[in-house]
Amino acid sequence: MKFAILVNEGPYQHQASDSAYQFAVAAIESGHEVARVFFYHDGVNNGSNLTTPPQDDRHIQKRWSALAAESGVDLVLCVAACQRRGMVDEGERDRNKKDAINVADGFRISGLGQLIEAGIEADRLLTFGD
Amino acid sequence: MEDEEYAGGVQKKFIYINRRAPHGTVYAHEALETVLIGAAFDQDVSMLFIDDGVYQLKKEQRPDSLEMKNFSKAFKALEMYDVEKLFVETESLQERGLNESDLLVDVELVARAKVAELIDQQDVVLSF
Repeated sequence: MKFAILVNEGPYQHQASDSAYQFAVAAIESGHEVARVFFYHDGVNNGSNLTTPPQDDRHIQKRWSALAAESGVDLVLCVAACQRRGMVDEGERDRNKKDAINVADGFRISGLGQLIEAGIEADRLLTFGD
Repeated sequence: MEDEEYAGGVQKKFIYINRRAPHGTVYAHEALETVLIGAAFDQDVSMLFIDDGVYQLKKEQRPDSLEMKNFSKAFKALEMYDVEKLFVETESLQERGLNESDLLVDVELVARAKVAELIDQQDVVLSF
Protein backbone atom coordinates (compact mmCIF):
# COMPACT_ATOMS: atom_id res chain seq x y z
CA MET A 1 0.00 0.00 0.00
CA LYS A 2 1.14 3.55 -0.70
CA PHE A 3 1.00 5.81 2.34
CA ALA A 4 1.35 9.55 2.81
CA ILE A 5 1.77 11.13 6.24
CA LEU A 6 0.88 14.52 7.68
CA VAL A 7 2.76 15.66 10.82
CA ASN A 8 1.15 18.62 12.57
CA GLU A 9 3.23 19.00 15.72
CA GLY A 10 6.82 19.94 16.53
CA PRO A 11 9.45 17.64 18.00
CA TYR A 12 9.68 16.65 21.70
CA GLN A 13 6.61 18.61 22.88
CA HIS A 14 4.24 16.11 21.26
CA GLN A 15 4.50 12.44 20.42
CA ALA A 16 3.07 13.06 16.93
CA SER A 17 6.40 13.16 15.12
CA ASP A 18 7.67 10.06 16.99
CA SER A 19 4.52 8.11 16.19
CA ALA A 20 4.64 9.18 12.56
CA TYR A 21 8.28 8.09 12.31
CA GLN A 22 7.60 4.74 13.96
CA PHE A 23 4.64 4.17 11.68
CA ALA A 24 6.73 5.02 8.60
CA VAL A 25 9.51 2.61 9.62
CA ALA A 26 7.04 -0.18 10.38
CA ALA A 27 5.20 0.37 7.10
CA ILE A 28 8.41 0.27 5.04
CA GLU A 29 9.65 -2.83 6.91
CA SER A 30 6.35 -4.51 6.06
CA GLY A 31 6.87 -3.86 2.37
CA HIS A 32 4.67 -0.79 2.01
CA GLU A 33 5.67 2.49 0.43
CA VAL A 34 5.75 5.81 2.29
CA ALA A 35 5.74 8.28 -0.55
CA ARG A 36 5.76 11.56 1.33
CA VAL A 37 5.71 13.05 4.81
CA PHE A 38 4.28 16.57 4.89
CA PHE A 39 5.10 18.75 7.91
CA TYR A 40 2.62 21.50 8.73
CA HIS A 41 2.00 23.98 11.59
CA ASP A 42 4.75 23.52 14.26
CA GLY A 43 5.56 20.24 12.51
CA VAL A 44 8.03 22.12 10.29
CA ASN A 45 10.34 22.42 13.31
CA ASN A 46 11.11 18.72 12.91
CA GLY A 47 13.33 19.73 9.99
CA SER A 48 15.67 22.04 11.91
CA ASN A 49 19.32 20.95 11.93
CA LEU A 50 20.01 23.28 14.88
CA THR A 51 18.50 20.94 17.46
CA THR A 52 20.80 19.29 20.01
CA PRO A 53 18.85 16.95 22.27
CA PRO A 54 20.67 15.30 25.22
CA GLN A 55 22.79 12.32 24.18
CA ASP A 56 20.54 9.79 25.88
CA ASP A 57 17.48 11.06 24.00
CA ARG A 58 16.40 10.25 20.46
CA HIS A 59 17.42 12.74 17.77
CA ILE A 60 14.16 13.34 15.97
CA GLN A 61 15.50 15.38 13.04
CA LYS A 62 18.39 13.00 12.35
CA ARG A 63 16.03 10.04 12.44
CA TRP A 64 13.88 11.62 9.72
CA SER A 65 16.93 12.59 7.63
CA ALA A 66 18.29 9.03 7.85
CA LEU A 67 14.93 7.63 6.79
CA ALA A 68 14.91 9.92 3.75
CA ALA A 69 18.46 8.84 2.82
CA GLU A 70 17.77 5.13 3.29
CA SER A 71 14.25 4.82 1.94
CA GLY A 72 13.82 7.81 -0.35
CA VAL A 73 10.87 9.19 1.62
CA ASP A 74 10.06 12.72 0.43
CA LEU A 75 10.10 15.03 3.49
CA VAL A 76 8.28 18.28 2.73
CA LEU A 77 8.04 21.33 4.98
CA CYS A 78 5.17 23.77 4.32
CA VAL A 79 6.66 27.03 3.04
CA ALA A 80 4.19 29.38 4.78
CA ALA A 81 4.61 27.54 8.09
CA CYS A 82 8.42 27.69 7.65
CA GLN A 83 8.43 31.42 6.97
CA ARG A 84 6.47 32.10 10.16
CA ARG A 85 8.76 29.90 12.25
CA GLY A 86 12.23 30.67 10.90
CA MET A 87 12.87 27.50 8.92
CA VAL A 88 15.17 28.55 6.09
CA ASP A 89 16.72 26.77 3.11
CA GLU A 90 18.93 28.34 0.42
CA GLY A 91 16.02 29.57 -1.65
CA GLU A 92 14.21 31.11 1.33
CA ARG A 93 17.44 32.68 2.59
CA ASP A 94 17.97 34.44 -0.72
CA ARG A 95 14.30 35.36 -1.22
CA ASN A 96 13.80 36.81 2.26
CA LYS A 97 17.35 38.11 2.76
CA LYS A 98 18.26 36.01 5.79
CA ASP A 99 21.81 35.12 6.76
CA ALA A 100 21.42 31.48 7.78
CA ILE A 101 20.09 28.11 6.68
CA ASN A 102 18.67 25.49 9.05
CA VAL A 103 16.73 23.00 6.93
CA ALA A 104 18.30 19.58 7.48
CA ASP A 105 19.38 17.09 4.80
CA GLY A 106 16.52 15.14 3.30
CA PHE A 107 13.94 17.87 3.92
CA ARG A 108 12.73 20.34 1.32
CA ILE A 109 10.45 23.37 1.53
CA SER A 110 7.42 23.47 -0.75
CA GLY A 111 3.75 24.41 -0.81
CA LEU A 112 0.50 22.99 0.52
CA GLY A 113 -0.22 21.64 -2.95
CA GLN A 114 2.21 18.86 -2.03
CA LEU A 115 -0.13 17.79 0.78
CA ILE A 116 -3.20 17.72 -1.46
CA GLU A 117 -1.25 15.86 -4.16
CA ALA A 118 -0.14 13.30 -1.56
CA GLY A 119 -3.78 12.83 -0.53
CA ILE A 120 -4.78 12.21 -4.12
CA GLU A 121 -1.93 9.88 -5.05
CA ALA A 122 -1.59 7.79 -1.89
CA ASP A 123 -3.92 4.96 -0.94
CA ARG A 124 -4.08 6.34 2.61
CA LEU A 125 -3.16 9.72 4.11
CA LEU A 126 -2.53 9.50 7.85
CA THR A 127 -2.52 12.52 10.15
CA PHE A 128 -0.36 12.60 13.27
CA GLY A 129 -1.23 15.57 15.46
CA ASP A 130 -2.82 16.88 18.60
CA MET B 1 6.88 25.66 -6.78
CA GLU B 2 3.32 25.49 -5.50
CA ASP B 3 -0.30 25.93 -6.47
CA GLU B 4 0.26 24.08 -9.71
CA GLU B 5 -2.88 22.67 -11.25
CA TYR B 6 -3.02 18.94 -10.65
CA ALA B 7 -3.14 17.19 -14.00
CA GLY B 8 -3.61 13.63 -12.75
CA GLY B 9 -7.34 13.60 -13.48
CA VAL B 10 -8.13 11.77 -10.24
CA GLN B 11 -10.97 13.17 -8.16
CA LYS B 12 -11.28 12.12 -4.54
CA LYS B 13 -13.64 13.10 -1.76
CA PHE B 14 -11.75 15.32 0.72
CA ILE B 15 -13.21 16.37 4.05
CA TYR B 16 -11.61 18.96 6.28
CA ILE B 17 -12.68 18.57 9.91
CA ASN B 18 -12.36 21.73 11.96
CA ARG B 19 -12.45 21.05 15.68
CA ARG B 20 -10.89 24.12 17.27
CA ALA B 21 -11.83 27.72 18.05
CA PRO B 22 -10.47 30.21 15.52
CA HIS B 23 -7.76 32.22 17.28
CA GLY B 24 -6.43 30.31 20.29
CA THR B 25 -4.27 28.12 18.06
CA VAL B 26 -3.13 28.35 14.46
CA TYR B 27 -4.97 25.22 13.27
CA ALA B 28 -8.16 26.92 12.06
CA HIS B 29 -6.34 29.50 9.97
CA GLU B 30 -3.95 26.98 8.45
CA ALA B 31 -6.79 24.53 7.74
CA LEU B 32 -8.49 27.24 5.72
CA GLU B 33 -5.24 27.87 3.83
CA THR B 34 -5.16 24.17 2.95
CA VAL B 35 -8.74 24.27 1.67
CA LEU B 36 -8.01 27.31 -0.52
CA ILE B 37 -4.82 25.80 -1.97
CA GLY B 38 -6.55 22.45 -2.40
CA ALA B 39 -9.33 24.07 -4.43
CA ALA B 40 -6.94 24.32 -7.39
CA PHE B 41 -6.80 20.51 -7.54
CA ASP B 42 -10.44 20.13 -8.59
CA GLN B 43 -11.37 17.64 -5.86
CA ASP B 44 -14.74 16.96 -4.23
CA VAL B 45 -14.37 19.03 -1.04
CA SER B 46 -16.45 19.16 2.14
CA MET B 47 -15.80 20.92 5.42
CA LEU B 48 -17.14 19.77 8.76
CA PHE B 49 -17.23 21.96 11.86
CA ILE B 50 -17.49 20.20 15.21
CA ASP B 51 -16.75 20.97 18.87
CA ASP B 52 -15.22 24.47 19.29
CA GLY B 53 -14.67 24.47 15.51
CA VAL B 54 -18.20 25.87 15.13
CA TYR B 55 -16.90 29.18 16.53
CA GLN B 56 -14.87 29.60 13.33
CA LEU B 57 -18.11 30.41 11.50
CA LYS B 58 -19.43 32.83 14.13
CA LYS B 59 -20.53 36.21 12.83
CA GLU B 60 -19.00 39.47 14.04
CA GLN B 61 -15.57 38.26 15.03
CA ARG B 62 -13.22 41.14 15.88
CA PRO B 63 -9.83 39.47 16.33
CA ASP B 64 -8.05 42.67 15.27
CA SER B 65 -8.21 43.66 18.94
CA LEU B 66 -5.95 40.63 19.58
CA GLU B 67 -3.69 41.55 16.65
CA MET B 68 -4.98 38.42 14.94
CA LYS B 69 -6.10 38.27 11.34
CA ASN B 70 -9.84 38.08 10.70
CA PHE B 71 -9.78 35.14 8.31
CA SER B 72 -13.46 34.40 8.94
CA LYS B 73 -14.30 36.60 5.94
CA ALA B 74 -12.72 33.97 3.72
CA PHE B 75 -15.48 31.50 4.59
CA LYS B 76 -17.87 33.68 2.59
CA ALA B 77 -15.57 33.38 -0.43
CA LEU B 78 -15.43 29.59 -0.36
CA GLU B 79 -18.31 29.37 -2.81
CA MET B 80 -16.09 30.98 -5.47
CA TYR B 81 -13.63 28.15 -4.93
CA ASP B 82 -16.39 25.55 -5.45
CA VAL B 83 -16.29 24.62 -1.79
CA GLU B 84 -20.01 24.53 -1.12
CA LYS B 85 -20.50 21.61 1.23
CA LEU B 86 -20.18 23.05 4.73
CA PHE B 87 -21.44 20.73 7.45
CA VAL B 88 -21.96 21.77 11.06
CA GLU B 89 -22.69 19.34 13.85
CA THR B 90 -26.04 20.27 15.41
CA GLU B 91 -25.12 19.32 18.98
CA SER B 92 -21.86 21.30 18.90
CA LEU B 93 -23.86 24.43 18.06
CA GLN B 94 -26.51 23.75 20.69
CA GLU B 95 -23.99 23.02 23.44
CA ARG B 96 -22.47 26.47 22.83
CA GLY B 97 -25.77 28.33 22.78
CA LEU B 98 -25.53 29.00 19.05
CA ASN B 99 -27.85 28.43 16.14
CA GLU B 100 -27.64 28.75 12.37
CA SER B 101 -28.47 32.47 12.43
CA ASP B 102 -25.23 33.11 14.36
CA LEU B 103 -23.17 31.80 11.45
CA LEU B 104 -21.54 33.71 8.60
CA VAL B 105 -22.51 31.31 5.85
CA ASP B 106 -25.25 28.86 4.91
CA VAL B 107 -24.47 25.43 6.27
CA GLU B 108 -25.97 21.98 6.37
CA LEU B 109 -26.63 20.76 9.90
CA VAL B 110 -25.69 17.17 10.64
CA ALA B 111 -26.60 15.28 13.79
CA ARG B 112 -23.79 13.85 15.92
CA ALA B 113 -25.10 10.35 15.27
CA LYS B 114 -24.62 10.90 11.53
CA VAL B 115 -21.09 12.37 11.61
CA ALA B 116 -19.34 9.00 11.43
CA GLU B 117 -21.36 8.13 8.36
CA LEU B 118 -20.36 11.42 6.70
CA ILE B 119 -16.67 10.78 7.41
CA ASP B 120 -16.99 7.19 6.22
CA GLN B 121 -18.07 8.44 2.77
CA GLN B 122 -14.76 10.27 2.22
CA ASP B 123 -11.47 9.20 0.63
CA VAL B 124 -9.21 11.69 2.44
CA VAL B 125 -9.87 13.00 5.95
CA LEU B 126 -7.85 15.97 7.22
CA SER B 127 -8.53 16.90 10.81
CA PHE B 128 -7.39 20.23 12.23
